[in-house]
Amino acid sequence: MNILVFVETSEGKARKTSLEAVAYAKGMGGTVTAIVLGAADVNELQSIGKYGATKVLHAADAKLNEHVIQVYSSVLAKAMQDENTDVLVLANSSLGTPVAAKVAIKTGASFASNVTELPDTSAGFVVKRSIYTGKAFALVELKNAKKVIAIKKNAAELKEVGSNAQVSNYSATLNDADFNTKTLSTEKATGDILLPEAEIVVSGGRGMKGPEHWGILEALAKALHAATGCSKPVSDMGWRPHHEHVGQTGVKVAPQLYIAVGISGAIQHLAGVNSSKCIVVINKDADAPFFKAADYGIVGDAFDILPKLTEAVLAAK
Amino acid sequence: MKILVCISHVPDTTSKIAFIDNSTKFDTTGVQYIIGPYDDYALARAIELKESSGATVTVLNVGLADTEPTIRKALAIGADDAIRVNAEPTDSLFVATQIAEHAKGYDLILMGRESIDFNSGVVHAMVGEMLGIPSVSPVMKLDIEGTKVKMSKEIEGGKEQVEASLPLVAGCQEPIAEWKIPNMRGIMSARTKALKVVEPKTSEQSVVAKKYELPAPKGAVKMISADNVGELVTRLKTEAKVL
Repeated sequence: MNILVFVETSEGKARKTSLEAVAYAKGMGGTVTAIVLGAADVNELQSIGKYGATKVLHAADAKLNEHVIQVYSSVLAKAMQDENTDVLVLANSSLGTPVAAKVAIKTGASFASNVTELPDTSAGFVVKRSIYTGKAFALVELKNAKKVIAIKKNAAELKEVGSNAQVSNYSATLNDADFNTKTLSTEKATGDILLPEAEIVVSGGRGMKGPEHWGILEALAKALHAATGCSKPVSDMGWRPHHEHVGQTGVKVAPQLYIAVGISGAIQHLAGVNSSKCIVVINKDADAPFFKAADYGIVGDAFDILPKLTEAVLAAK
Repeated sequence: MKILVCISHVPDTTSKIAFIDNSTKFDTTGVQYIIGPYDDYALARAIELKESSGATVTVLNVGLADTEPTIRKALAIGADDAIRVNAEPTDSLFVATQIAEHAKGYDLILMGRESIDFNSGVVHAMVGEMLGIPSVSPVMKLDIEGTKVKMSKEIEGGKEQVEASLPLVAGCQEPIAEWKIPNMRGIMSARTKALKVVEPKTSEQSVVAKKYELPAPKGAVKMISADNVGELVTRLKTEAKVL
């Protein structure tokens, strides 16, 4: 089985969720080839081998530095053909998921996104995918010979299994007509840990009483090396930007640890966090429904508990 | 300008999810159905464009007859007419195939970034691919200037300003527009608006759902005293092993 993995980069570095896709492909068995589009650091490209790729293809054309979905999908569909690929694996993302869907149509492949586990090939090719916004799973059979799989965070454990891979240049054929969207500008929080990829998330709700109190929550996040999130009302009121909104209609997170401060736990918020390994709830209302979905709970005032918790985290380091 | 808004008919966000028939079928008992929340944003933006520039708005749903109250609600919100493709929406490719079949001739095809039942989040991309026109998602702001469309698109940890030409497919999410609630006049007029029922284009199913599962139940919450937050850190380290 030939598996091609599309590895996304951010500021020249391979994204962690993409490396999970490499580990996932390795777990499937077969030959794993990774492909990177646009500018990337050569050491970074080689190190993709550590997660299971035997070779890394790099299409360095500067035109690929802009993330045009149509362009990326044409390049990947062609690469699947060139590499005689059976399965294309990539990480779910704002770029990866639509690219995957288009590649599936171009190549006549069966497609599944939000995949959470390695395929079961005992009868056909069956993958498990998250549905109903994390409230259930579906086991779906991918019937076509070619397959495209977009994995959800944590579908594979990231571990080093090999050494540096050999990097070869891949010359992508670019078609002008594919440049059908134009990115005018990008605004990105720099230096921060990306919320969808974070291993620890600290989120605040209305119980934080206003944006001016976010400092104590950010201090805890910093001590834990965590990303910060928020509930829907907080983003609706403009206390925090929309890309921090965790929940059914916002970002779905799957960290090792999710700490919710002053969030009551509406079912729509829970839908965005129910893939977390461990949930801690801090709320002054002992009847807050979030406690029922939590692993650990503290009833108390956020303004009193947050600084103490930050201190305890720093002391334990 | 002609706008097509594709809507899904999905369980309300507060629904308890359960399965029947040896976990092969969704249990609809007691479930309230709604217009997909993201699709509702798409519809609201379409109605705004209708009000500001005189566009016509058609809604399309792929579903069996039981989705008609949901379609009528979209008509009550302000869509002009509707198409129902008479079929169970089995998978993204099937739904996209049906939409592409009816979307030719529309300038703007709007829908939610994903449906909240199967969450694939790819129908817009598939429709764009099938029609050979650009698709952008998730779109948080969409303005039309002549034949150009200016959009703000969410990316991980930020946003991008994107431009493309009509015709175009967009997967929408908040805050593109505020949800609209139908008024009495809208509800009355929706009853007589045209709702065309068409049979689906048949296609080979490439993805087949075999079985459904629910996540493993969570153990009871362990409460820690507010006077002893240090214990939480210890437990996260030694018991949960997440620090």
